Amino acid sequence: MGRYVLRRLLQLVPVFIGTTFLMYWLVWSLPGDPFAGKCGERPCPDSYITAMRDKFNLDDPLLVQYGKYMVGLLQGDFGVNYKDQSVGTLIGNAYPNTIKLALMALAIEAVIGLVAGVLTGLRGRSYLDNLVLVSTLFLISIPVFVTGFVLQIALGFQLGWIKPVVSSGAPWEQLIVPGFVLGSLSMAYVTRLTRTSIAENKRADYVRTAVAKGQPQRRVVAVHMLRNSAIPVITFLGTDVGALMGGAIVTEGIFDIKGIGNLVYRAIGAQEAVTVTGIVTLLVLVYLLANLIVDLLYAVLDPRIRYD
Amino acid sequence: MTDPTAAASGAAVAESAADFVTAAEQVETKPGKPRSLASDAWHDLRRRPLFLISSALILLILVMAAFPGLFTSVDPTHAELSRSREGPSSQAWFGYDNQGADIYARVIYGARASVVVGVLATLLTVLLGGTLGIVAGYAGGWVDGLLSRIADIFFGLPFVLGAIVILTTFRASGSTNVVKIVALVVLSMSVLSWPVAMRIMRSAAISAKQQDYVRAARALGASARRVIVRHLLPNTLAPVLVYATIALGAFIGVEATLSFLGIGLRPPVVSWGVMIADSRDYIRIAPHLLLFPAGFLTATVLAFVMLGDAVREALDPKLR
Amino acid sequence: MPAFNQRSMIGGAEPGAMPTAPLLEVENLHVEFHTRDGVAKVLNGVSYHVEAGETLAVLGESGSGKSVTAQTIMGILDMPPAVITGGSIRYHGEDLLTATEERRREVRAEGIAMIFQDALSALNPVFTVGFQIEEQLRIRLGLSRAEARRRAVELLDLVRIPNARRRVRQYPHEFSGGMRQRAMIAMSLALDPEMLIADEPTTALDVTVQAQIMDLLAEIQADRKMGLILITHDLGVVAEVADRIAVMYAGRIVEQADAASLYHSPGHPYTAALLESLPRLDLRGQTLNTIKGLPPSLLNIPSGCPFHPRCRRAEDVCRSEVPRQVRLGLGRTSACHFAEEVVAGG
Repeated sequence: MGRYVLRRLLQLVPVFIGTTFLMYWLVWSLPGDPFAGKCGERPCPDSYITAMRDKFNLDDPLLVQYGKYMVGLLQGDFGVNYKDQSVGTLIGNAYPNTIKLALMALAIEAVIGLVAGVLTGLRGRSYLDNLVLVSTLFLISIPVFVTGFVLQIALGFQLGWIKPVVSSGAPWEQLIVPGFVLGSLSMAYVTRLTRTSIAENKRADYVRTAVAKGQPQRRVVAVHMLRNSAIPVITFLGTDVGALMGGAIVTEGIFDIKGIGNLVYRAIGAQEAVTVTGIVTLLVLVYLLANLIVDLLYAVLDPRIRYD
Repeated sequence: MTDPTAAASGAAVAESAADFVTAAEQVETKPGKPRSLASDAWHDLRRRPLFLISSALILLILVMAAFPGLFTSVDPTHAELSRSREGPSSQAWFGYDNQGADIYARVIYGARASVVVGVLATLLTVLLGGTLGIVAGYAGGWVDGLLSRIADIFFGLPFVLGAIVILTTFRASGSTNVVKIVALVVLSMSVLSWPVAMRIMRSAAISAKQQDYVRAARALGASARRVIVRHLLPNTLAPVLVYATIALGAFIGVEATLSFLGIGLRPPVVSWGVMIADSRDYIRIAPHLLLFPAGFLTATVLAFVMLGDAVREALDPKLR
Repeated sequence: MPAFNQRSMIGGAEPGAMPTAPLLEVENLHVEFHTRDGVAKVLNGVSYHVEAGETLAVLGESGSGKSVTAQTIMGILDMPPAVITGGSIRYHGEDLLTATEERRREVRAEGIAMIFQDALSALNPVFTVGFQIEEQLRIRLGLSRAEARRRAVELLDLVRIPNARRRVRQYPHEFSGGMRQRAMIAMSLALDPEMLIADEPTTALDVTVQAQIMDLLAEIQADRKMGLILITHDLGVVAEVADRIAVMYAGRIVEQADAASLYHSPGHPYTAALLESLPRLDLRGQTLNTIKGLPPSLLNIPSGCPFHPRCRRAEDVCRSEVPRQVRLGLGRTSACHFAEEVVAGG
């Protein structure tokens, strides 16, 4: 088990380097003036350009540039943007909002998805089953921004049940609807995955054995079946965490949540390459780590894959 | 926003890719083995309401994309500012947009761009990912290791983020050439999605490689190319087909999202995504600007997802 | 001899001893499966019985109904597609089919236990072997964790799994095929059942391992005086172990006899054909005998005797009349119109 962990960690490093280098190259090293548009609409002041060239080692070969940047990053230095704000601070202010939103989405999608999936999986072909199938199909098909807008208009502007725009500081109760919107797609998948998993395990041989051993039906379902059925669902939820942490750009945009998605989107629009690079690198790291944790979780849940 | 294409494929299909392969082997072995599985599936599909409804819908949309003139005689680019944001009426079933153009006509003409982007992106993703996947699966060893690492690198880029960076960067060389715009969007979507297709194909190829009929072919001296094309490919198509169908729907939705963010298609191209993007600022006062293109978009994506579901159930070895 | 005691004189009971009710008695069991393609008549009047300490082998091809009978006894059939349309299953005289689900659950594992063919899929892959043995002890007998663990190790020792103390904490996939089967046997013995049903316990194993498992079962049975129903399609396995044999075809028992008589002079054409189809060393160089044709689809069982399409000596009466069970001697029956001729070697 320990070797498995180590191996996966080692695999992470080249991938992280590859991805971040790719991003870096895209943002900084395209042919042409690297400062074209980096300071908004006006041309950058000379002092800034000299300082930046020096700071980012733009006169060095690309790989060295990248290397120096990464070293700085690993020490926590995200640099400053053209307004001379510390990118690190910006991130530090924005990320907690994203995390709260992500957790809310995760909770909603997990609870609703699991309950709906378990109920329909156990029961089989029934009215509820068809209802759930149809509604999950819809949720999968409607783009997130449509759901977001529709709910914002209906619940926010027309019915007034929620504040259409989330106040700064993102209090938890205001995050319920945005969380639902963000998690709607995944909720549909969790439901379907749970349903399929349970339906398959219901017919498994080991369930027959448990019944033949005289175990009470409740225990057969809650202990034997659930444990096996949970594996694909939990791993999916784990991967989703990584994606959610990646910033819900669309949802944050619609509900005006000052999270990391919002930040990176505005930075891209304002062509602040420094901010973008910093955030993207961080997000890539988070995403990769989340995937790693999911793999480990999978090994914990399913003893069959531990001894690779 | 969670990555639609990864979710569509990864969770549900990749795990069972191996099952599709082994079950294919258990179907009656006749010279036309791939055909008997396909004709099996066809017979099954014909009976399912899900398949029939979704195919009908898709056919309708394809016709709309190919021959928009059949559905409306109004010019979608003709705009009269005096009509700006008028609601639905008998002359204009869907009303007028912010510029005063007929929304119904734009929705019909918009089908083409949306569908074309979706189809091209799917084709490119499947071709690229599929080829790399089958090569990686068959070759194994360091080739597999290398290709998988490269896939991981692209996999590590969160989709929306990657799309934003790529599109913003290349967009700086602004152009209004329709082909260039569409090509850029298609390329960026494929570049970010091919790892998923590759993983599915690779998993299926690895499974197929271990089947006895492949071993027999190799023992008889079949060249790698022959083994891959004649033996592996037909039997690994099923999971990729399911993925492609669902991904098509997902890509159409993604195009809309990218356009909504302002980095996808843009005028003079008309697409549902562009229409939705244009409606952003006026949603409160003129929701019909959003609702009609969004409705068509949802219906289209729904049709493809339903089709993908139906195809998967028809090919699913466990329901045999 | 009093007629009604004839059954109890076989296997186990001594001549002149007080007659006892059989441990398990299946009588005239009828089960149907309602499928999309129609109604399959899976069991058509199955009757057999087992005494304490005796081994009944139930022999038949796939689809003959041997496993379904066992599952009906245990009450683990999926009841929506399956419907029990007649008969009774008496355990110590009590009809299980009319008992409450609660009672049936009590009987499971404590009264009648069952082991299955594929131990890898029959065992839960995410729990240790120890857990799966212990849960019965803790839940049904209320043993403490430590007690249950001790007992589980004892059971693994009993089935001769080496290093039981370490093995008890391992997962099913870490065992070899033969050891997994032993583990399953240990699991079935946890609550000291009076009877064991073994559904094709050795089919998935190598020949040498098969022999070991069969020896183990025989030993355990002798020690505990358990009844054993051995379900199999393998004539070779049966020869060593069975006291009595019931041969099934298309959902009915076509012949029942003690082992020696069955092998020596089969009383049904099907049994005879099965025995003839066994490859034998002394017949080297000759073509193997087969039974032509395939077992019938249970959706569409042939009229009259279900075996008539494949039977060498089928005559008109076989096509039109369902044969009744012909008494061929002490505890011997055969469902054939020409049973006496067949037994005599014709």
